Amino acid sequence: MIGLHHYLVLSAALFSLGVLGVLTRRNAVNVLMGIELILNSANVNLVAFSRYGTGNLQGQMFAVFVIVVAAAEVAVALAIVLTLYRLRRTPNLDDADMLRG
Amino acid sequence: MVFYVLAAITVGSAAVVVLARSLIYSAFSLLFTFFGVAGLYVLLGADFLAATQLLVYVGGILVLLLFGVMLTHKIYDLDLRSEVTQFVPGLIVSAGLFLIIVLTALRTEWRVGPGRPPEPTTAEIGKLFMGPYLLPFEAASILLLVALMGAAMIVRRRRDA
Repeated sequence: MIGLHHYLVLSAALFSLGVLGVLTRRNAVNVLMGIELILNSANVNLVAFSRYGTGNLQGQMFAVFVIVVAAAEVAVALAIVLTLYRLRRTPNLDDADMLRG
Repeated sequence: MVFYVLAAITVGSAAVVVLARSLIYSAFSLLFTFFGVAGLYVLLGADFLAATQLLVYVGGILVLLLFGVMLTHKIYDLDLRSEVTQFVPGLIVSAGLFLIIVLTALRTEWRVGPGRPPEPTTAEIGKLFMGPYLLPFEAASILLLVALMGAAMIVRRRRDA
């Protein structure tokens, strides 16, 4: 019998893999992939609580809004990455230190 | 049983996303992660969300990320390596986070109700969007418009700069 806990553990695994990707990768696009994993894990949690906890559609509505915000975020973030690449000819985040005094 | 297969696909390909040396491998195994999550939505009875996941994530965000990979490397730069930095501290932090989250999730008494959401969810979600969630719906559409215009403004080549 698959219960709520299975989904919670699965989304915890997805979340920590995303955090690992954000922390250890130097390439900006790869960091964005880690952020997508984190957002997906939050969505799995929301849908699981909608199914097992409240029994209505509130969690799924929240997940729809998370997907919308993720789409907006990835568009703006890729624009920033492309601009950084045009300025510095590298997608590495460590080289984006123009604001350092 | 289906859950375990989907969970293995999702977590395994997510690990490949994080650990693969090549950016192209990461991007393509992200595809399988998104498919696995969509399958989990189907298993949870969220059919509209599963379709949205496939359309937005696989059709939109993944293609955008692939464009990002291709545009931030020179064309003749074939191996597309992504360097890994501070791997051991990152591994310690994320493993600790995983332990904390799992222990909290397993120890908490979640309030599990008997009710299930209505099963073809699309019509109900549409009614909710046009009813109680009308204001967040409009705010989300304005956010999308602003984000698209902002992205176009940021990547535009300035003639006078």
